[in-house]
Amino acid sequence: MTTSLPPTTAILRAPITPAGEAPSAWKVVARVASTVWSNGKARIGLIMLAVFVLLAIFAPLIAPYGASETGFERSADPSAAHWLGTTAAGEDVLSQLLYGAQISIFVGLVAGLLSTVIAVLIGLSWGYVRGFGADVINFIVNLFLVIPGLPLMIVIAAYLSGGGIGMIIIVVVVTGWAWGARVLRSQTQSLRSRDFITAAVFSGERPFRIVFREILPNMTSLIVGNFFGAATAAILAEAGLEFLGLGDSTVVSWGTMLFWAQNSNALLTGQWALLFAPGLCIALLATSLTLINFGVDGISNPRLREGTKK
Amino acid sequence: MTSTQAAPRGVDGAAPTGTSPTDAAHAPSPALAAVGYVARKLGLFALTLWAAVTVNFLLPRLMPGTPADAALAKLAQNGPVSEATKAAIEAQLGVPTGNIVEQYFAYLHQVVTLDFGISYTFYPQSVGELVSAALPYTLVLVGLVTVVAFVLGTLLGVLAAWKRGTWLDSVPTLVGSFLSAFPYFWTALLLLFFAGYVLRLFPTSGAYGPTATPNLSFEFFGDALYHGVLPALTILITSLGGWILGMRNTMISTLGDDYVTFAEANGLKPRTIALRYAARNAILPNLTSFGLALGGVVGGSILVEQVFGYPGIGYLLFNAVTNQDYPLMQALFLMITVSVLIANFLVDILYGVLDPRTRR
Repeated sequence: MTTSLPPTTAILRAPITPAGEAPSAWKVVARVASTVWSNGKARIGLIMLAVFVLLAIFAPLIAPYGASETGFERSADPSAAHWLGTTAAGEDVLSQLLYGAQISIFVGLVAGLLSTVIAVLIGLSWGYVRGFGADVINFIVNLFLVIPGLPLMIVIAAYLSGGGIGMIIIVVVVTGWAWGARVLRSQTQSLRSRDFITAAVFSGERPFRIVFREILPNMTSLIVGNFFGAATAAILAEAGLEFLGLGDSTVVSWGTMLFWAQNSNALLTGQWALLFAPGLCIALLATSLTLINFGVDGISNPRLREGTKK
Repeated sequence: MTSTQAAPRGVDGAAPTGTSPTDAAHAPSPALAAVGYVARKLGLFALTLWAAVTVNFLLPRLMPGTPADAALAKLAQNGPVSEATKAAIEAQLGVPTGNIVEQYFAYLHQVVTLDFGISYTFYPQSVGELVSAALPYTLVLVGLVTVVAFVLGTLLGVLAAWKRGTWLDSVPTLVGSFLSAFPYFWTALLLLFFAGYVLRLFPTSGAYGPTATPNLSFEFFGDALYHGVLPALTILITSLGGWILGMRNTMISTLGDDYVTFAEANGLKPRTIALRYAARNAILPNLTSFGLALGGVVGGSILVEQVFGYPGIGYLLFNAVTNQDYPLMQALFLMITVSVLIANFLVDILYGVLDPRTRR
C-alpha cells in the first residue's frame, strides 16, 4: 500500500493504489462478494438469508391465509389445513410466520443501516480529529457502550409507549451505534498515519475528503461486518422488545407471536409449534448474518480466511 | 455477539505481544505507575458514574408527558377527571416542583441517600425495599452464571484455536454461533416448556416453592437452587457462544505472532505454548469484552426472569414498565447501570494487574 512519494508539487491527488487509479466501486463489490462467497460458512449464511428474504417478499403469495385472518379453530395442533396449527385467537401460525419475516428483515435492514451510518460518521471523524474533541467523543461513546442496552431500550420504550416499528428502530439505533464507532475509530487511527494519507494532506486536500474518500474505502470490510453485526443485534432486540409487549402488539411479527403465545398460555395447551417456530426463525436469521460475517472477517484479516494455516 | 463485535478492543493499542525486558528499564517506579493507573481509572469511573446518573435524570424529562399525565389518562378512560382529583394525584405521585436545576439537586440528594420514594404499583412499599428484596436473586444468578460461562467459553475457545481445522474447532464454533443467535427469551420458553411442563423435571416459576419462606436455612438454599437451574441454564446456553468465538479469534491472531513461533522453535511443550504463551495474551482483549458483554447478559436476564417469573431485578423492571411505575423504573435502571459500571471498573483494574503495559 505504501508507495514512494513523488515530489508533492507534481501531484494533485494522492494515489490510493500504486497504479494511481482507484478501483471502480463495482470491482470492489465484486471482489468483496467473491471473498465472502469463498468461505464455506459464509456461503451457508448467504443462502439462508436469501431464502428468508424471498419468503418475506413473496409472503402474500405463499401464505395460505392472511396474517390476522381469524375464525379458524382456536389453539389447534398442526394439521393438513394448518401446518403449524393455529393461535389462541384462531389465526394460522404458518401465515403469521411468513408475514412476520417481513418485519424482522425490515427492522434488521433499516436499523442495521442507520447504526452503521452513524458509526461510520462518528467513528471516522473521531479517529481523524485529535485533542480535546476526541476526548469528548471518547467519553460519550464509552458511556453508550457501558450503559446496558436492553434496560435502556426498555426504559425508553416505556416512555414512548404506543410507538410502533418506527419507535423500535429508533430505540435500537440509539443504543446500538457505539460498538461500530469504536471499532471504526481504531482502524481510522491506524490508517491516518499511513503514507498515502500524509501525501493527501500535503497535496492540500480538505479533511472531509481525506476521511471519506481516502480512508473510508480502505475500511469496506469492517463497515460491511459492522452492518451485519448491527442488523443481528437489531433483530434480536426488536424480538425482545416485542416479546415484552413494548412494541405495537397488533403488528404480526415473530416477537409479538411469542408475546401472544406466552400470554395465551400456549405452554399449558402444549402448542409446541407455536412456541418453536418463531424463535427458530429469529435464531436462524440471526445465525445467517453471523455466518456471513465469518466470510467478512476474512477480508480484513487473512488469518481468519478458510484454508490458510496459522 | 458476532465475531466482528468480539474483535479485540485491544486494537486501540497493538495486538498483545510479549513484554520486552528493556521496556521495564525506563518506566517510572512500578508502584507509582500502579497508583497513577488506579487513580486515572477511578477518576474516569467517577465521571462516568455522574454522567449515567444525569442521563437517568434527563431521560424522563426529554420524553413527552409526565407520570401524572399517564395516571390521569388511565383515569380519564373511566370518565371525566375533576380538578381536585388531578391536584390530588399530582401531589400523591410527587410531581416535581421548582425549576430544572432545583429538581436536579433534589434528585442527586435522592440518589446519594438511596431514597427513591414510594412505588406506585406496590404501594405502600418503598422503592428501596423492593429493590433490596430482588437484588440478591439477580446478583447470584447472573453473577455466578456469567463467570461459569466466561471460564468455560474461554477454555473451549482456546481449544478450538489450538486444534484449528479439526472437529474440536468446527463443532464449538458452529454450535456457538448458532446458540449465540438464540433470543434469550426463546431459549427460556423452550426450556420451560420441555423441562418444566412436558417432563416436569423443574418448577415452572418463582425462585422458591410456595410453602418456603426466604431464610438462611440449608433447606431454603436447596429449594432456591432447584428453582434457579432453568434460568441459569438459559443464560449459560445463550451467552456461551460469544465467549467461544471471541477467544478463538483473538487466540488465532496471537498464535501467528513471532513469540509463539519462537517458543515452538525452542521446543517448548505444545501445552505450555497454548496456555502460558498464546492464551495468556489472547485473554486480555477478551477480558475487556467481558466487562461490556456483562451489560448484554444483564439485559438478557430481564427477559429470562420474565419468562420464569423469577423475582429478581429484571422481573421487577418488567413489572414497573408495564404498570408505568416511574419511580421504581428509574431506580432500577440506575441500579442496573451502576452495577455494570462497577463491574467494568473492576475489570479495568484487573486488566492493569494482568497487563503491565497498561499501567504506564
